[in-house]
Amino acid sequence: MKKNIVQNLGFFALFLCIAITLIFLGSIIYFISIRGFRVISWEFLTQGPRMGMTEGGIAPAIVGTFYLTLGAILFALPLGISCAVYLCEYSPKGFVVNLIRISINNLAGVPSVVFGLFGLAVFVKFFGFGVSILSGSLTLGILTLPLIISSAQEALLAVPQSIREASLSLGATRWETIKNIVLPTALPGILTGVILSIGRVAGETAPILFTAAAFYTRGYPNSLFSEVMALPYHIYALMTEGIHPEQQTAIAYGCSLVLLVMVLFISGIAIFIRQRQRGAHG
Amino acid sequence: MDNGIKIKSEDVNFFYGKSQALKDINLSIYKNQVTAIIGPSGCGKSTFIRLLNRMNELVPNTTLTGKIYLDGEDIFDLSVDAVEIRKRIGMVFQKPNPFPKSIFDNITYGLKVNGAKDKSLIQEKAEEALKKAALWPEVKDRLHESALKLSGGQQQRLCIARCLAVESDVILFDEPCASLDPISTAKIEELILELKKDYTIVIVTHNMQQAARVSDYTAFFLMGELIEFGKTQDIFTKPVNPKTEAYITGRFG
Repeated sequence: MKKNIVQNLGFFALFLCIAITLIFLGSIIYFISIRGFRVISWEFLTQGPRMGMTEGGIAPAIVGTFYLTLGAILFALPLGISCAVYLCEYSPKGFVVNLIRISINNLAGVPSVVFGLFGLAVFVKFFGFGVSILSGSLTLGILTLPLIISSAQEALLAVPQSIREASLSLGATRWETIKNIVLPTALPGILTGVILSIGRVAGETAPILFTAAAFYTRGYPNSLFSEVMALPYHIYALMTEGIHPEQQTAIAYGCSLVLLVMVLFISGIAIFIRQRQRGAHG
Repeated sequence: MDNGIKIKSEDVNFFYGKSQALKDINLSIYKNQVTAIIGPSGCGKSTFIRLLNRMNELVPNTTLTGKIYLDGEDIFDLSVDAVEIRKRIGMVFQKPNPFPKSIFDNITYGLKVNGAKDKSLIQEKAEEALKKAALWPEVKDRLHESALKLSGGQQQRLCIARCLAVESDVILFDEPCASLDPISTAKIEELILELKKDYTIVIVTHNMQQAARVSDYTAFFLMGELIEFGKTQDIFTKPVNPKTEAYITGRFG
């Protein structure tokens, strides 16, 4: 009898924790939606800002965030997967590889503003890319590399050794085995890492602060070397600069909602691809 | 090599790190015969057959001494590519391990990595391999479904078919029925007896009845040593070594 009570209390405590978490998540979505929705209109999504950021829309910032995120993933994904494949499939196990792994994990812990300064010193100044989409994408890419590498590594390690052996025993080389069997099998897991990275990259402010973002640009970026507006930076700027705090705050909530929806949408695509992969041969 | 020897091991010693897994193994495997390797867990029987197609090379920190010949050629010679050896010696593993791809892609994988391009030829070979593995009637209408949807026994026969599609003439079976039910096991055994006409077969098994049913020759391994080797009939009816007798009569193992 007493055991039952303890058990029920335990379950209740666990349920409470879940409920608290869901309440936070729900209220974030609720408040952002309610406040953001007021300013959302067709114009808001398709036009540039006017009248000192108090009217018009945020289209250049949406486009800018899209480019930056896309650029970061295009840069980090092949690099990250290659690193993970090398570490998991080729490198001799031992001290050096462990050191590399630890370094990569530490890289994930570096504050994002430090990446921003690094991007400023290396991409903007040293390589002379200037404050641009290119510099911002590369900085964001480096920021997200550890995440992509570690999730790709996990996905590769989860591929059963037995199917690697099957491939090798049929006369495939190690490279053919990786290309035809290991990577396709690990793909859903790797995509999970990409989903997480997209969310992180799209929302980061500090790394693009000095490397890519502008408070206001006329029209849309037209090359890799253009400065861009970006949603997270735009939110930050609206809340800290300018002379019409009230209208600006409303627009900032609108931006937040758009950013939230964008991240969910991109993640949704990745989840869809992953489910299809699993469904096909799962 | 004449006198019907397909594979011959000479003074083979094998170490994982410092621990010795095989001691001075001298064993001949005859062409178009089934050779069973029996012995208790950890006796080195799996290690031994994984040497025959050079799979053990993938395990780090191992040492090999001695020689293994395939058709008279030293497979560990520096000029020999492990990939070439594995094309000639197929392997079926303890647990069915189909690729997470369609049945058809599983069968044709070996052909494709070995450079086959002609689509109709690939199709033909796939069908032939599935027929040889007695799986054709069960899968002919669902070749493009995932292999993972097949039952365990079907998956194992698919793995056998996958081996057969590659132009090998030796097949190594590493406890192929360990995870299968008796009916699937019977089908695999039937298949092994059928395949003997075209292939040289080595089978590692825990199951002594299985060794007695399918093999022509039996090798008994214990603690990394080859205790006794001979015709299966002789091993099971008049073993020379008392340890062999103790094992096959079930006194240990």
